[in-house]
Amino acid sequence: MAEPLTMAMPDLQLGLSPAQPLVRFNLRCREADVAACSEALRLDLPTRPCTSAENGGRSALWLGPDEWLILTSDQDDPSSHLTATMGDRFFSWVDIRARQVGLVLTGPESARRLNTGCPLDLDLKAFPIGMCTRTVFAKAEIVLWRREVQSFHIEVWRSFAPYLKGMLAAAG
Amino acid sequence: MLIITCPYCGPRPEIEFSHGGEAHIARPLNPAALNADQWTDFLYLRTNTKGVHAERWRHLHGCARFFNALRDTTTDKILTTYRTGAPRPDLEGLTP
Ligand SMILES: [Zn+2]
Repeated sequence: MAEPLTMAMPDLQLGLSPAQPLVRFNLRCREADVAACSEALRLDLPTRPCTSAENGGRSALWLGPDEWLILTSDQDDPSSHLTATMGDRFFSWVDIRARQVGLVLTGPESARRLNTGCPLDLDLKAFPIGMCTRTVFAKAEIVLWRREVQSFHIEVWRSFAPYLKGMLAAAG
Repeated sequence: MLIITCPYCGPRPEIEFSHGGEAHIARPLNPAALNADQWTDFLYLRTNTKGVHAERWRHLHGCARFFNALRDTTTDKILTTYRTGAPRPDLEGLTP
């Protein structure tokens, strides 16, 4: 699928660039099956709200008490191993790579620009490195993940990406 | 902007939430056994409280969970929030 034209080029002035090629899955599973699921994914699914975990290029972002966003490289597909390992356990594993895109916002102005549309406290004490959450930016729903002091990974639905970029640019 | 405390995520801005109507209304176990008046009560009739009201909220643009809140409908102050399935908390000890 072709990327929207506006997203294809990094915007150096804004510090906005497409995330490295990633595929993304939405995982839902019961509390009792978190350990089995973690083992199958070789990734400790975080159970503390708004935290993330990484292992060998795979990342798990806590979205809710039974919901995670799994990001991994486009060379990696945990699907068949997960399905085989989980056996009869109930879980939901949905490939959402076509639904949303990843963007990286970097630079000393990134938190201020995000705060023009997102009311969360992005001070490092309130939103430390590794913290992630689903939230809103203006009229778009996003997943915000702090990777470094001045660098955020943003997941946004594909059709909202040009809007997000436009609003970030308007933040000056 | 109001700050609402999600029982999972903590204090968050109100625009992440949506309102879900009155809390603690149990769905009848056997709807077919109800007559029309009883079904009407379940579907439509609410307490319309002036004062402290137990109501459902959903952290839609966050963890997406439903939870319950006690809110004073005269001041819009949310006194406490608690998880779905937990009993309605006593007002004793909650600062109005
Ligand atoms: Zn929440």
